[in-house]
Amino acid sequence: MSATTLEPPRAVPAPILPEAAEEPRRRLHGVRREAVLAVAGAGAAALALSYLLYFVLLPWTGILGFTVVTWMLFVLLYGLLVSFDSPRTHVTDRIAAVVAHSLAFAMLLALVVVVAFCIRRGASALRHLNFFTSDLATTGPLQPLTSGGVLHAMLGTFVMITIALLLTVPIGLVAALYLSESRSGFARFVRTIVEAMTALPSVIAGLFVYALIITLQDLAGVGEKSGLAAAVALSVMMLPIVIRAADVVLRLVPGNLKEAAAALGAPRWRVVAHVVVPTSRSGLMTAIILGTARGIGETSPVLLTAGYATAVNLDATSGPMVSLPLATFILTRSPEPTQIARGFGAAAVLLILVLLLFALARVLGGRGPGELSPRQQRRAAARSREDLARFDGHAARAAASSSLAVPGTRARSQPLRPRRSRRTSS
Amino acid sequence: MTTAVGPLSETAGEPDVPRALRSRPSVADQVYARITTGAGVTVLAIMLVIGGFLSARALEAIVAAGWSFFTTAAWQPEGGEFGIAAILTGTVLIGLTAIVIAVPLAFGTALYISEYAPTRIRRFLINLVDLMAAVPSVVYGLWGFFLLQPQLLVVGPQGEGIPRWLATWMSWIPLFQVQAGGVPVDPRDPATTGTVFTSSIFIAGVVVALMVAPITCSIMRESFSQAPLSEREGAYALGATRWGMIRSVVLPFGAGGMIGGTMLGLGRALGETIAVYMVISIAFDVKIRILENGGSSVSALIALRFGEASEFGTSALMAAGLALFLLTLVVNFGASAVIARSRSGAVSDA
Repeated sequence: MSATTLEPPRAVPAPILPEAAEEPRRRLHGVRREAVLAVAGAGAAALALSYLLYFVLLPWTGILGFTVVTWMLFVLLYGLLVSFDSPRTHVTDRIAAVVAHSLAFAMLLALVVVVAFCIRRGASALRHLNFFTSDLATTGPLQPLTSGGVLHAMLGTFVMITIALLLTVPIGLVAALYLSESRSGFARFVRTIVEAMTALPSVIAGLFVYALIITLQDLAGVGEKSGLAAAVALSVMMLPIVIRAADVVLRLVPGNLKEAAAALGAPRWRVVAHVVVPTSRSGLMTAIILGTARGIGETSPVLLTAGYATAVNLDATSGPMVSLPLATFILTRSPEPTQIARGFGAAAVLLILVLLLFALARVLGGRGPGELSPRQQRRAAARSREDLARFDGHAARAAASSSLAVPGTRARSQPLRPRRSRRTSS
Repeated sequence: MTTAVGPLSETAGEPDVPRALRSRPSVADQVYARITTGAGVTVLAIMLVIGGFLSARALEAIVAAGWSFFTTAAWQPEGGEFGIAAILTGTVLIGLTAIVIAVPLAFGTALYISEYAPTRIRRFLINLVDLMAAVPSVVYGLWGFFLLQPQLLVVGPQGEGIPRWLATWMSWIPLFQVQAGGVPVDPRDPATTGTVFTSSIFIAGVVVALMVAPITCSIMRESFSQAPLSEREGAYALGATRWGMIRSVVLPFGAGGMIGGTMLGLGRALGETIAVYMVISIAFDVKIRILENGGSSVSALIALRFGEASEFGTSALMAAGLALFLLTLVVNFGASAVIARSRSGAVSDA
């Protein structure tokens, strides 16, 4: 961090003669010894001081408080040390760097702690294979972890998210196409409404479907808490997210590509099918997968609409169904340690599922339109090498034939036939 | 081009008449336009039905309660006495606590990723922050209830930790006072147990802070990284240190993103349900004492009460939900207006 701090400008020696002794090259990279010493010294002093405060002088306790006090002392002492041999602007610069580094570290540490804590507490349940292969229909809260599992919740999550995706993806993507391609005032209005709905808290989406079920029950006698109801609630929540993310990606497609296709005479649907969608395919996949990750992790809409079941139920239209986050929520509210362990196990499974989805999103997409993955880059490079070899071959043959043929007909007699007309950025 | 046209126009001899440029879309294009417009209309219809249904049901309750809906703290819809005074205050306090903690974290992380981190790991760090945003809220709730509260913030029977420390040394600020049963608690008294500090608005706020920090961070980072390279180099060329460059170039450019990201984070924090529900114990009194046991939030109330509610009770919950929705709506629209104004080139059409 300190290596890049700019040194005060040095006076440049007047014209350097070519035969003058070579100046030793100044090191521009790497860490200076003084910087390391300042960090180490300030760190040691801060630790010692806060030890003194916490264990000798003041009646303070607590690991979190200790960390905060040590950090504050470290920043102060580090600033003091740097100020011994640097001007004030450098002191501010160093302190800002330290603060930015430690805040980033704190946040990433928090993420690691959250994930690791959940997986570590869940490990005791995950160790038993029956956790993945059986449900809780015949297992009571007091039975050990060797019986019962969360198969019902895993299947429930799968059923719900599949229905939700079937409802969300087609309509969401087409609506996003409409929003990004249409310039009408109506499209702008729809976009505003969609943006407004992204503000809808998920619990209210759940409450809406819950009230709808009750109304339907009163009116028609149908409708009950079911996986379908939960899937509808999840769709209500996911639809604006997917539309908005897809709309952003579609609007990133360069206008000149679309105009080029239109200039070549393509009708609008062909422009969309052959230029817009392929160019933004990875971004669209990312939009869908991130929407799925959000939907899978939502608890409150499912809590309000799906009921709670302890047995496998694959029929989404009737009977209560449970999802992984809801199972986590219900199980960890129990006072029994085994139930809590099961809840953590369900949370760990959910977390791993989200991690996998996230990794999938990053592998498939996460690139801007036209940006290629290393493999695609290699393929494109191989293709252009092939082309080059082909052109060279043509040129050589053309040169050989031109000595015999009439000059001027060369270009027509040897047309450069492109062997492939596929885009390179697929 | 002119050389090619030249001889032709000479032979034509007549003055050129502008060609009518009316294009008739093909059948396929008409079908395409119908389908996409249909999807747009469907989405609009779905959203309007939801909004209309919510508002209609909520109005029943609001009309029945009258103005007292905004001033009553209790929540007994069956008894006719209910209002959002306490729960909305609680929601806002949780959101503000979360933002106060999340914004410095998000700001530092965004600055680190866009300005300090080595280029090699930058992509990895961005992914990590995005991943943090995708972690389910129930996992954050577990962490808050089983690790943060008992082992970091309210430790042991005495409840040692930051809340007790704040209550001990800062209780002259009304925000940090602690009462139990309407009587002020003396945190210096060793007989005071840790339970008065558990399940508080503050702890819920800390949990929610971690959930909203990633979204705030990624919006800030995006706006920081849009600061133009030439001006960064200009600042360096004038002899600025890195912080000098950040202060004079990056932060002015990112100001809109910082405000917008903060507001968007606040919108998220206000609507958070399950993590708050797991941590807080619901209590219906209007208060700003964030450290003491008990608090409330609209979404946690809905999750708690929906099952036992009668039809009118559901309407009342919807009224509370509508109030929350309007609040997050205002915050989110404010955020997107600020972000949109600060960002040029959101549409990359040539």
